Amino acid sequence: MKTSELGSFLGADCLQGDYEDRDIAGAYTSDLLSDAMANAVDEGILITIQAHKNTIAVATIKDLRAIVLCNNRPVPDDMIEAARNEGIALFVTKDSQYEVSGKLYAQLSGT
Amino acid sequence: MLAIPIHQDNSPEAVISILFKLKVKDVMTHPILTASPSDTLRHIQQVMKKNHITGIPVADSENRLLGIVSMDDIVTALDNGWIEDQAGLHMTTNVIVLEENMSLSFCVSYFNKYSFGRFPVLDSRSRLVGIVTASDVISTLLVALNKEVERLEHTAESAETGPAGAKPENSGEQVIEFKTEPFNFEIAGQASTEIKKLLKSGGIDTAITRRVGIASYELEINQVVHSAGGIMRYILKADTLVIEAEDTGPGIPNLEKAMTEGFSTANERVRSLGFGAGMGLPNTKRVADEFYIDSAEGRGTLVRATFNLKGSTAV
Repeated sequence: MKTSELGSFLGADCLQGDYEDRDIAGAYTSDLLSDAMANAVDEGILITIQAHKNTIAVATIKDLRAIVLCNNRPVPDDMIEAARNEGIALFVTKDSQYEVSGKLYAQLSGT
Repeated sequence: MLAIPIHQDNSPEAVISILFKLKVKDVMTHPILTASPSDTLRHIQQVMKKNHITGIPVADSENRLLGIVSMDDIVTALDNGWIEDQAGLHMTTNVIVLEENMSLSFCVSYFNKYSFGRFPVLDSRSRLVGIVTASDVISTLLVALNKEVERLEHTAESAETGPAGAKPENSGEQVIEFKTEPFNFEIAGQASTEIKKLLKSGGIDTAITRRVGIASYELEINQVVHSAGGIMRYILKADTLVIEAEDTGPGIPNLEKAMTEGFSTANERVRSLGFGAGMGLPNTKRVADEFYIDSAEGRGTLVRATFNLKGSTAV
Protein backbone atom coordinates (compact mmCIF):
# COMPACT_ATOMS: atom_id res chain seq x y z
CA MET A 1 0.00 0.00 0.00
CA LYS A 2 1.19 3.49 -0.82
CA THR A 3 0.79 6.67 1.21
CA SER A 4 -1.55 8.17 -1.38
CA GLU A 5 -3.99 5.24 -0.97
CA LEU A 6 -4.38 5.76 2.80
CA GLY A 7 -6.89 8.60 2.68
CA SER A 8 -9.53 6.89 0.57
CA PHE A 9 -8.92 3.48 2.16
CA LEU A 10 -9.54 4.85 5.66
CA GLY A 11 -12.01 7.55 4.71
CA ALA A 12 -9.62 10.01 6.35
CA ASP A 13 -8.94 13.63 5.42
CA CYS A 14 -5.47 14.51 4.22
CA LEU A 15 -4.19 17.63 6.04
CA GLN A 16 -0.71 17.60 4.56
CA GLY A 17 -0.31 16.15 1.10
CA ASP A 18 3.16 17.33 0.25
CA TYR A 19 5.09 14.03 0.37
CA GLU A 20 6.93 11.53 -1.76
CA ASP A 21 4.50 8.69 -2.51
CA ARG A 22 6.12 5.42 -1.46
CA ASP A 23 5.24 2.00 -0.08
CA ILE A 24 4.24 1.76 3.57
CA ALA A 25 6.37 -0.75 5.43
CA GLY A 26 3.93 -1.32 8.28
CA ALA A 27 2.05 0.44 11.04
CA TYR A 28 2.24 1.01 14.76
CA THR A 29 -0.41 2.30 17.13
CA SER A 30 0.62 4.23 20.23
CA ASP A 31 0.08 7.47 22.08
CA LEU A 32 3.38 7.26 23.91
CA LEU A 33 6.07 8.88 21.85
CA SER A 34 8.94 7.00 23.47
CA ASP A 35 7.10 3.77 22.79
CA ALA A 36 6.49 4.83 19.20
CA MET A 37 10.15 5.66 18.83
CA ALA A 38 11.20 2.30 20.21
CA ASN A 39 8.66 0.17 18.36
CA ALA A 40 7.23 1.93 15.30
CA VAL A 41 8.08 0.28 11.98
CA ASP A 42 10.74 2.27 10.12
CA GLU A 43 9.24 3.75 6.94
CA GLY A 44 5.77 2.82 8.18
CA ILE A 45 2.96 4.89 9.63
CA LEU A 46 1.92 5.88 13.15
CA ILE A 47 -1.69 5.70 14.34
CA THR A 48 -2.15 8.02 17.31
CA ILE A 49 -4.08 10.82 18.99
CA GLN A 50 -0.92 12.85 19.75
CA ALA A 51 -1.65 15.83 17.52
CA HIS A 52 1.32 18.11 18.14
CA LYS A 53 4.71 19.01 16.72
CA ASN A 54 6.70 16.50 18.76
CA THR A 55 4.99 13.63 16.97
CA ILE A 56 6.51 14.98 13.74
CA ALA A 57 9.95 14.89 15.35
CA VAL A 58 9.44 11.21 16.18
CA ALA A 59 8.16 10.52 12.65
CA THR A 60 11.19 12.26 11.17
CA ILE A 61 13.57 10.18 13.25
CA LYS A 62 11.83 6.93 12.29
CA ASP A 63 11.41 7.96 8.61
CA LEU A 64 7.66 7.45 8.88
CA ARG A 65 5.60 7.97 5.74
CA ALA A 66 2.48 9.23 7.45
CA ILE A 67 0.72 9.93 10.73
CA VAL A 68 -2.96 9.06 11.11
CA LEU A 69 -4.60 11.19 13.79
CA CYS A 70 -7.69 9.58 15.30
CA ASN A 71 -10.92 10.68 17.02
CA ASN A 72 -10.98 13.88 14.95
CA ARG A 73 -8.33 15.43 17.16
CA PRO A 74 -7.84 19.13 16.44
CA VAL A 75 -4.52 19.56 14.67
CA PRO A 76 -2.49 22.71 15.36
CA ASP A 77 -1.11 24.64 12.39
CA ASP A 78 2.47 24.32 13.55
CA MET A 79 2.14 20.54 13.40
CA ILE A 80 0.96 20.69 9.78
CA GLU A 81 3.75 23.13 9.00
CA ALA A 82 6.37 20.82 10.58
CA ALA A 83 4.97 17.83 8.67
CA ARG A 84 5.19 19.77 5.42
CA ASN A 85 8.83 20.70 6.12
CA GLU A 86 9.67 17.05 6.68
CA GLY A 87 7.53 15.70 3.82
CA ILE A 88 5.41 13.55 6.14
CA ALA A 89 1.77 12.94 5.17
CA LEU A 90 -0.86 13.84 7.77
CA PHE A 91 -4.33 12.31 7.91
CA VAL A 92 -7.15 12.89 10.36
CA THR A 93 -10.15 10.64 10.87
CA LYS A 94 -13.19 10.36 13.14
CA ASP A 95 -12.30 6.70 13.75
CA SER A 96 -10.52 5.53 16.90
CA GLN A 97 -7.00 4.06 16.93
CA TYR A 98 -8.62 0.64 17.31
CA GLU A 99 -10.77 1.08 14.21
CA VAL A 100 -7.95 2.43 12.07
CA SER A 101 -5.63 -0.37 13.20
CA GLY A 102 -8.33 -2.92 12.43
CA LYS A 103 -8.93 -1.58 8.95
CA LEU A 104 -5.22 -1.57 8.15
CA TYR A 105 -4.19 -4.81 9.81
CA ALA A 106 -4.98 -7.27 7.02
CA GLN A 107 -3.91 -4.81 4.40
CA LEU A 108 -0.45 -4.18 5.80
CA SER A 109 0.51 -7.48 7.41
CA GLY A 110 -0.97 -9.71 4.67
CA THR A 111 1.57 -8.67 2.08
CA MET B 1 17.24 62.83 31.55
CA LEU B 2 18.40 59.40 30.51
CA ALA B 3 16.45 58.08 27.56
CA ILE B 4 16.60 54.45 26.44
CA PRO B 5 17.82 54.53 22.85
CA ILE B 6 15.63 51.82 21.38
CA HIS B 7 13.28 52.67 18.55
CA GLN B 8 10.43 50.27 18.73
CA ASP B 9 9.31 50.78 15.17
CA ASN B 10 12.58 49.85 13.47
CA SER B 11 14.55 47.63 15.86
CA PRO B 12 15.44 44.05 14.95
CA GLU B 13 12.73 41.52 15.64
CA ALA B 14 14.76 39.79 18.35
CA VAL B 15 14.94 43.05 20.34
CA ILE B 16 11.23 43.76 19.94
CA SER B 17 10.38 40.24 21.01
CA ILE B 18 12.47 40.63 24.18
CA LEU B 19 10.72 43.93 24.93
CA PHE B 20 7.37 42.20 24.71
CA LYS B 21 8.39 39.05 26.53
CA LEU B 22 9.92 40.72 29.57
CA LYS B 23 7.58 42.26 32.12
CA VAL B 24 8.06 45.24 34.37
CA LYS B 25 8.30 42.85 37.32
CA ASP B 26 11.30 41.18 35.65
CA VAL B 27 13.32 44.39 35.67
CA MET B 28 12.12 46.22 38.76
CA THR B 29 14.06 46.53 42.00
CA HIS B 30 12.28 44.93 44.92
CA PRO B 31 11.87 44.92 47.81
CA ILE B 32 12.33 48.65 47.98
CA LEU B 33 12.94 51.37 50.51
CA THR B 34 9.92 53.52 51.17
CA ALA B 35 9.40 56.61 53.29
CA SER B 36 6.41 57.53 55.41
CA PRO B 37 4.69 60.92 54.89
CA SER B 38 5.63 61.87 58.44
CA ASP B 39 9.39 61.43 57.81
CA THR B 40 11.25 64.71 57.45
CA LEU B 41 12.84 65.59 54.12
CA ARG B 42 16.17 65.76 55.96
CA HIS B 43 15.73 62.16 57.09
CA ILE B 44 14.80 61.07 53.55
CA GLN B 45 17.81 62.88 52.11
CA GLN B 46 20.07 60.97 54.52
CA VAL B 47 18.49 57.64 53.59
CA MET B 48 18.99 58.44 49.91
CA LYS B 49 22.62 59.40 50.48
CA LYS B 50 23.34 56.30 52.56
CA ASN B 51 21.79 53.96 49.97
CA HIS B 52 23.08 55.79 46.89
CA ILE B 53 19.63 56.26 45.43
CA THR B 54 18.04 59.28 43.79
CA GLY B 55 14.40 58.92 44.73
CA ILE B 56 12.16 57.26 47.34
CA PRO B 57 8.44 56.50 47.06
CA VAL B 58 6.29 57.64 49.94
CA ALA B 59 3.68 55.10 51.02
CA ASP B 60 1.15 54.66 53.82
CA SER B 61 1.15 51.78 56.28
CA GLU B 62 -0.69 49.55 53.80
CA ASN B 63 1.84 50.14 51.07
CA ARG B 64 -0.40 52.41 49.01
CA LEU B 65 1.62 54.95 47.06
CA LEU B 66 1.15 58.57 48.17
CA GLY B 67 3.95 60.33 46.31
CA ILE B 68 7.63 60.35 45.64
CA VAL B 69 10.60 62.34 46.91
CA SER B 70 13.34 62.78 44.35
CA MET B 71 16.69 64.55 44.42
CA ASP B 72 14.96 67.55 42.80
CA ASP B 73 12.52 67.78 45.70
CA ILE B 74 15.45 67.72 48.14
CA VAL B 75 17.28 70.52 46.29
CA THR B 76 14.10 72.60 46.22
CA ALA B 77 13.61 71.97 49.95
CA LEU B 78 17.16 73.16 50.69
CA ASP B 79 16.67 76.24 48.51
CA ASN B 80 13.39 77.14 50.19
CA GLY B 81 14.37 76.22 53.71
CA TRP B 82 11.82 73.46 54.33
CA ILE B 83 14.20 70.51 54.57
CA GLU B 84 13.04 69.85 58.19
CA ASP B 85 9.37 69.64 57.11
CA GLN B 86 7.46 66.37 56.74
CA ALA B 87 7.66 64.69 53.36
CA GLY B 88 3.87 64.63 53.03
CA LEU B 89 3.84 68.43 52.67
CA HIS B 90 6.28 68.76 49.78
CA MET B 91 6.58 65.44 48.00
CA THR B 92 5.73 65.11 44.33
CA THR B 93 2.22 63.75 44.22
CA ASN B 94 1.71 63.76 40.49
CA VAL B 95 3.38 60.38 40.03
CA ILE B 96 3.31 58.25 36.92
CA VAL B 97 3.29 54.55 37.80
CA LEU B 98 3.73 51.25 36.00
CA GLU B 99 1.83 48.06 36.63
CA GLU B 100 4.00 45.00 37.32
CA ASN B 101 2.53 42.93 34.46
CA MET B 102 3.03 45.55 31.77
CA SER B 103 5.50 44.61 29.09
CA LEU B 104 8.95 46.14 29.07
CA SER B 105 8.13 47.83 25.77
CA PHE B 106 5.56 49.93 27.59
CA CYS B 107 8.10 50.77 30.25
CA VAL B 108 10.71 51.88 27.69
CA SER B 109 8.23 54.20 26.00
CA TYR B 110 7.36 55.71 29.39
CA PHE B 111 11.00 56.53 30.05
CA ASN B 112 11.25 58.18 26.67
CA LYS B 113 7.97 60.02 26.99
CA TYR B 114 8.24 61.38 30.54
CA SER B 115 11.33 62.96 31.99
CA PHE B 116 11.33 60.90 35.19
CA GLY B 117 14.32 58.90 36.36
CA ARG B 118 12.21 56.21 37.98
CA PHE B 119 8.70 54.82 38.05
CA PRO B 120 7.09 53.18 41.08
CA VAL B 121 5.54 49.80 40.24
CA LEU B 122 2.14 48.72 41.54
CA ASP B 123 0.55 45.28 41.62
CA SER B 124 -3.00 44.55 40.45
CA ARG B 125 -4.32 45.63 43.87
CA SER B 126 -2.53 49.00 43.52
CA ARG B 127 -0.01 48.17 46.22
CA LEU B 128 3.55 49.39 45.79
CA VAL B 129 5.77 46.42 44.90
CA GLY B 130 8.89 47.87 43.31
CA ILE B 131 10.60 50.64 41.45
CA VAL B 132 12.14 50.77 37.99
CA THR B 133 15.04 53.01 37.01
CA ALA B 134 16.42 53.40 33.51
CA SER B 135 19.54 51.56 34.57
CA ASP B 136 17.42 48.57 35.74
CA VAL B 137 15.91 48.44 32.28
CA ILE B 138 19.22 48.79 30.47
CA SER B 139 21.03 46.14 32.50
CA THR B 140 18.19 43.61 32.15
CA LEU B 141 18.00 44.33 28.42
CA LEU B 142 21.74 43.80 28.05
CA VAL B 143 21.56 40.42 29.77
CA ALA B 144 18.59 39.36 27.62
CA LEU B 145 20.25 40.60 24.43
CA ASN B 146 23.46 38.77 25.28
CA LYS B 147 21.54 35.53 25.70
CA GLU B 148 19.72 36.09 22.44
CA VAL B 149 22.93 36.86 20.53
CA GLU B 150 24.49 33.72 21.97
CA ARG B 151 21.49 31.69 20.87
CA LEU B 152 21.60 33.19 17.38
CA GLU B 153 25.31 32.44 17.11
CA HIS B 154 24.58 28.82 17.97
CA THR B 155 21.85 28.68 15.36
CA ALA B 156 24.19 30.21 12.80
CA GLU B 157 26.91 27.73 13.69
CA SER B 158 24.64 24.74 13.36
CA ALA B 159 23.34 26.12 10.08
CA GLU B 160 26.93 26.33 8.83
CA THR B 161 27.59 22.78 9.83
CA GLY B 162 24.27 21.69 8.38
CA PRO B 163 23.64 19.53 5.35
CA ALA B 164 25.48 21.74 2.84
CA GLY B 165 28.88 21.63 4.53
CA ALA B 166 28.54 18.24 6.10
CA LYS B 167 31.47 16.02 5.41
CA PRO B 168 32.01 14.12 8.62
CA GLU B 169 34.57 11.78 7.09
CA ASN B 170 37.11 14.38 6.04
CA SER B 171 37.69 16.23 9.30
CA GLY B 172 39.15 15.24 12.62
CA GLU B 173 36.44 16.26 15.00
CA GLN B 174 33.35 18.37 14.77
CA VAL B 175 31.39 19.53 17.81
CA ILE B 176 27.85 20.80 17.55
CA GLU B 177 25.89 22.10 20.52
CA PHE B 178 22.24 22.86 21.11
CA LYS B 179 20.64 24.31 24.23
CA THR B 180 17.49 22.95 25.79
CA GLU B 181 15.13 24.88 28.02
CA PRO B 182 12.83 23.53 30.74
CA PHE B 183 9.37 22.72 29.35
CA ASN B 184 10.10 24.32 26.01
CA PHE B 185 8.53 21.67 23.77
CA GLU B 186 8.57 24.13 20.89
CA ILE B 187 12.27 23.67 20.20
CA ALA B 188 12.52 20.11 21.54
CA GLY B 189 13.45 17.77 18.73
CA GLN B 190 15.31 20.43 16.77
CA ALA B 191 18.75 19.15 17.72
CA SER B 192 17.80 15.55 16.96
CA THR B 193 16.32 16.19 13.53
CA GLU B 194 19.28 18.42 12.60
CA ILE B 195 21.81 15.81 13.61
CA LYS B 196 19.94 13.09 11.80
CA LYS B 197 19.93 15.15 8.59
CA LEU B 198 23.62 15.86 9.00
CA LEU B 199 24.45 12.15 9.28
CA LYS B 200 22.13 11.27 6.43
CA SER B 201 23.78 13.79 4.13
CA GLY B 202 27.15 12.38 5.22
CA GLY B 203 26.07 9.02 3.79
CA ILE B 204 25.80 7.24 7.15
CA ASP B 205 23.69 4.07 7.11
CA THR B 206 19.98 4.85 7.71
CA ALA B 207 19.59 2.24 10.47
CA ILE B 208 22.42 3.94 12.38
CA THR B 209 21.11 7.46 11.83
CA ARG B 210 17.72 6.32 13.14
CA ARG B 211 19.31 4.92 16.29
CA VAL B 212 21.21 8.18 16.79
CA GLY B 213 17.94 10.07 16.29
CA ILE B 214 16.15 7.98 18.92
CA ALA B 215 18.86 8.40 21.56
CA SER B 216 19.24 12.07 20.82
CA TYR B 217 15.52 12.79 20.99
CA GLU B 218 15.04 10.83 24.22
CA LEU B 219 17.91 12.68 25.87
CA GLU B 220 16.67 16.00 24.57
CA ILE B 221 13.16 15.37 25.91
CA ASN B 222 14.63 14.25 29.24
CA GLN B 223 16.36 17.62 29.58
CA VAL B 224 13.21 19.51 28.59
CA VAL B 225 11.01 17.54 30.99
CA HIS B 226 13.24 16.97 33.98
CA SER B 227 16.14 19.43 34.08
CA ALA B 228 16.69 23.10 34.71
CA GLY B 229 18.04 23.28 31.17
CA GLY B 230 21.05 21.80 29.52
CA ILE B 231 23.25 21.27 26.52
CA MET B 232 23.02 18.62 23.82
CA ARG B 233 26.55 18.15 22.48
CA TYR B 234 27.36 16.09 19.42
CA ILE B 235 30.99 15.12 18.96
CA LEU B 236 31.42 13.81 15.46
CA LYS B 237 34.59 11.98 14.40
CA ALA B 238 35.36 9.92 11.33
CA ASP B 239 33.98 6.65 12.74
CA THR B 240 32.05 7.64 15.84
CA LEU B 241 29.45 10.01 17.12
CA VAL B 242 29.26 10.78 20.82
CA ILE B 243 26.12 12.43 22.16
CA GLU B 244 26.71 14.20 25.44
CA ALA B 245 23.58 15.37 27.21
CA GLU B 246 24.63 17.54 30.11
CA ASP B 247 22.20 19.45 32.32
CA THR B 248 22.45 21.71 35.32
CA GLY B 249 20.31 19.69 37.70
CA PRO B 250 18.44 18.73 39.79
CA GLY B 251 19.95 15.27 39.21
CA ILE B 252 18.59 11.73 39.52
CA PRO B 253 18.26 10.41 43.09
CA ASN B 254 18.04 6.74 42.10
CA LEU B 255 19.84 5.78 38.90
CA GLU B 256 18.78 2.15 39.04
CA LYS B 257 15.11 3.14 39.07
CA ALA B 258 15.61 5.70 36.31
CA MET B 259 17.11 2.97 34.13
CA THR B 260 14.11 0.69 34.72
CA GLU B 261 11.62 0.56 31.87
CA GLY B 262 8.28 2.04 32.90
CA PHE B 263 9.60 4.05 35.85
CA SER B 264 8.82 7.74 35.41
CA THR B 265 8.57 10.86 37.52
CA ALA B 266 6.99 12.94 34.73
CA ASN B 267 3.92 15.00 35.56
CA GLU B 268 0.44 14.86 34.01
CA ARG B 269 1.07 17.60 31.47
CA VAL B 270 4.17 15.85 30.18
CA ARG B 271 2.31 12.55 29.98
CA SER B 272 -0.56 14.14 28.09
CA LEU B 273 1.94 15.05 25.37
CA GLY B 274 2.89 11.41 25.02
CA PHE B 275 6.11 11.52 27.04
CA GLY B 276 6.85 10.18 30.47
CA ALA B 277 6.41 6.50 29.65
CA GLY B 278 9.56 5.70 31.58
CA MET B 279 11.33 4.54 28.45
CA GLY B 280 13.71 7.41 27.74
CA LEU B 281 16.92 6.15 29.30
CA PRO B 282 16.25 2.44 28.59
CA ASN B 283 15.53 3.32 24.94
CA THR B 284 18.73 5.33 24.73
CA LYS B 285 20.81 2.56 26.24
CA ARG B 286 19.28 -0.02 23.92
CA VAL B 287 20.12 1.86 20.73
CA ALA B 288 23.60 3.08 21.68
CA ASP B 289 26.82 1.12 21.19
CA GLU B 290 28.13 2.47 24.47
CA PHE B 291 26.17 4.11 27.24
CA TYR B 292 27.37 6.07 30.26
CA ILE B 293 25.42 7.97 32.86
CA ASP B 294 26.53 10.01 35.83
CA SER B 295 24.10 11.75 38.14
CA ALA B 296 23.17 12.34 41.74
CA GLU B 297 20.55 14.37 43.52
CA GLY B 298 21.55 18.00 43.85
CA ARG B 299 23.86 18.18 40.84
CA GLY B 300 23.54 17.80 37.12
CA THR B 301 23.20 14.72 34.97
CA LEU B 302 25.61 13.70 32.24
CA VAL B 303 24.64 11.03 29.75
CA ARG B 304 27.07 9.93 27.07
CA ALA B 305 25.86 7.72 24.22
CA THR B 306 28.41 6.56 21.70
CA PHE B 307 27.66 5.28 18.22
CA ASN B 308 29.89 3.43 15.82
CA LEU B 309 29.08 5.01 12.47
CA LYS B 310 30.73 2.31 10.38
CA GLY B 311 28.59 -0.68 11.23
CA SER B 312 27.70 -1.49 14.79
CA THR B 313 26.86 -4.08 17.36
CA ALA B 314 23.74 -2.62 19.01
CA VAL B 315 20.27 -3.86 18.16
